[in-house]
Amino acid sequence: MMKRVTELLRALGSRMVDNWIWRLGFACRFLWRTLAESGTSFRRIHLTFREIYFAGVQSLVIILVSGLFVGMVLGLQGYDTLARYGSSEALGVLVSLSLVRELGPVVAGLLFASRAGSAITAEIGLMKATEQLSAMEMMAVDPIARVVAPRFWGGVISMPLLAALFSAMGVFGGYLVGVRLIGVDEGSFWSQMQSAVDFREDIVNGIIKSVVFGVAVSWIAVHEGYAAPPTAEGVSGATTRTVVTSSLAILALDFVLTALMFRGV
Amino acid sequence: MTSNLVEVENVTFSYDRRQILKNIDLVVPRGKVVAIMGLSGCGKTTLLRLIGGALAPDTGEVRVDGKVVNKLSDDELFALRRRMGMLFQFGALFTDASSFDNVAFQMREHTRLPEPLIRDLALMKLHAVGLRGAAGLMPSELSGGMARRVALARSIALDPMLMLYDEPFTGLDPISLGVIGQLILQLNDALGATSIIVTHDVAEALDLVDYVYYMAAGKVEFHGTPAQVRDAALPSLRQFVYGETDGPVAFHFPAPEYAQDLLAQ
Repeated sequence: MMKRVTELLRALGSRMVDNWIWRLGFACRFLWRTLAESGTSFRRIHLTFREIYFAGVQSLVIILVSGLFVGMVLGLQGYDTLARYGSSEALGVLVSLSLVRELGPVVAGLLFASRAGSAITAEIGLMKATEQLSAMEMMAVDPIARVVAPRFWGGVISMPLLAALFSAMGVFGGYLVGVRLIGVDEGSFWSQMQSAVDFREDIVNGIIKSVVFGVAVSWIAVHEGYAAPPTAEGVSGATTRTVVTSSLAILALDFVLTALMFRGV
Repeated sequence: MTSNLVEVENVTFSYDRRQILKNIDLVVPRGKVVAIMGLSGCGKTTLLRLIGGALAPDTGEVRVDGKVVNKLSDDELFALRRRMGMLFQFGALFTDASSFDNVAFQMREHTRLPEPLIRDLALMKLHAVGLRGAAGLMPSELSGGMARRVALARSIALDPMLMLYDEPFTGLDPISLGVIGQLILQLNDALGATSIIVTHDVAEALDLVDYVYYMAAGKVEFHGTPAQVRDAALPSLRQFVYGETDGPVAFHFPAPEYAQDLLAQ
């Protein structure tokens, strides 16, 4: 009996070390190397601009449309609740704070992970599977500096911009529904929003969140692609892992950041 | 300067605990075309990667142009690789770049040549492989043979002293196969280079090369000129060269007794 328990514990420990601790250690070393080899991404800025285009500009449609609808739903739901307490003029405050503090960074992060993170992983994974990364190494070009770092920084730079656009579009959606459709007073909508939203407490903290999510998603995406087994199943599994791990990381980090930023406010 | 460009001395290599190469000794004289032949899985591609510095041996030394490859720093290894070219089994072209941009890649990465000069040089390399007219085509628009030729043009972009070919004839039609074979010889002469071809395409290789190393189960079993290989008495080599189904290389992978396996239920 004791022997079986020991074997079980040993198998569990071995699995934990092999699957999680080893992977985490590799991912940390990989991030360190990516940061150390980032000089090329800024010296040859066109490499990073290209990735900002693929990760950021090409995600614009899904981000803007989602932002608009999320804002419109917030307008409807918010008005319904606020009207019960006779404070429907505060709709602008509710919509804007919900978006800049939480929904903007979080939903934009989740969409970014699904749209751009998965694409980055698949691209790097396929480059590995088709020996393009090995060919680059044999041509004395470091793939971390040439392929990984520009994609990492492209994601990190794109993410806060996308979150800001998501929030702006959401506010516009809330305005459309609240003011134009339902008839909330336009002056109250904007003036209450202006007086209640604090630049340091709300906007800057929202930006910090989106930068942190950008680092997390980009790190996970490039690492999963680079570490993917060079097979069809390997790349497919890595792409799925990027979306799942990034989504969980965003939600967990959001809780931690919210607890640090907004306690007592 | 020694007369040998590549010297492999008593090299042993293992993946995890599985020994792939056992006490390999091999020399490649300057200016010669040498083939490393053997069945799939005998360790010849691993040996090529050791010579290119992509892997490090467990024991022994790999010397290229007098430098011990497995003891070079990253910068020194990259400096050495700028003087090497490698043709991968399926070309490994960058799929997001045109044929021209693939060939110009190394020139842009490693030189400060002006763009008009890079254009001329890249077109000259493509002309050498007969594909100047395909400069604007993307890899997805090339046939297998054309892709291999573009990859060959890319690998000679910086006039390497050593060319490494990993299964250059795999999957090619007879005309493309003949073209690639002739190009290997012509480029070796024109560049004053030394070439190592890893292949199991016996007929093509024996017509092409100056010297042959035959490997089986991770060891060099025979080496000699193509004529000596054709006349060799070594049973496994004879079976390999003449494609005999019966011989020391068994058709069946090691397995339990047939009857015992079938009646196991």
